[in-house]
Amino acid sequence: MHAVSTSSTAPAARPRLTWFTFASPANFYRLAGVLAPLCGLAAVALALAGLWMGFFVAPTDAVQGEVYRIIFIHVPAAWLSMVLYVAMAFWAAMGWFLNARTAFVLARAIAPTGALFTLLALWTGSLWGRPTWGTWWVWDARLTSELILLFLYLGYMALVAAIDDTRRADKAGALLAIVGVVNVPIIYFSVIWWNTLHQGSSLTMGKQQHMAATMLEAMLLLTLACWAYAFAVVFVRARAITLERESGAAWARALVAPTEGH
Amino acid sequence: MQWHSLSEFIDMGGRGGFVWGAYGTMLALMLVEPLLARWRHRAARAAIAERMADEAAARAAGQSS
Repeated sequence: MHAVSTSSTAPAARPRLTWFTFASPANFYRLAGVLAPLCGLAAVALALAGLWMGFFVAPTDAVQGEVYRIIFIHVPAAWLSMVLYVAMAFWAAMGWFLNARTAFVLARAIAPTGALFTLLALWTGSLWGRPTWGTWWVWDARLTSELILLFLYLGYMALVAAIDDTRRADKAGALLAIVGVVNVPIIYFSVIWWNTLHQGSSLTMGKQQHMAATMLEAMLLLTLACWAYAFAVVFVRARAITLERESGAAWARALVAPTEGH
Repeated sequence: MQWHSLSEFIDMGGRGGFVWGAYGTMLALMLVEPLLARWRHRAARAAIAERMADEAAARAAGQSS
């Protein structure tokens, strides 16, 4: 029978994993490096499945014909544009109140991807609107508030880039991001609050859906693909921003040193 | 499946320009954005390496003088 050793040669206890473990730039950098390729692979797989469903399984729309298939990318892009803005404002607020550097990094990393999805929502909506409404653009509440969202993203990116002092830039950007959140419910409820040319919500929780199941499945698969894509790109960009900010830190130098032949 | 030929699929009921214009733009932008993010990451690593090399050179020059 073996006795249990309690001598000093026993391995040291692992550090406890808490919510704040990954607030450390070094830990976050490593975690993002693991998650980014996984999210990228998930995005590709989900996109292929969603495109197959959208083009080869979902039926032709009785009213709009084939052009309705733009919905499979338009709606996910519009959803992501709003969700990413809320996420950006959330991390900016976390950075402000908790003084967490990684939170500010995440806010900055989300902004370009959010702007991209906003631009895509406007562009694909315009391409869908021309054959169905007869116009590329109307100044209705939904379209105008979505355009304001694009300006908020661009304004945030311009503001943080214009201020040299990183800490001041982060806080100024956070203020703009937090104030701009008011625009998100305006976008979402604009089709209810005002009489708009834009149709109502494509999906309503707790109500029977009017869309064919295969159409809905294609849209949800492509939404998940956009989510996974957004995670992957934000993680890669956040790693870059973290390295830019921590260039003097020992852990960042240790990352570079072996590959540079030092 | 509702397509009987490739040309029918591309034509999208006479709305191919709108449908493929939307999908093509999305695909192009979603291919470019990750590349830009990767390049930024690579540039950040290169900047650290360059800074370390400059510091090593400055230390070497200080020891030799």
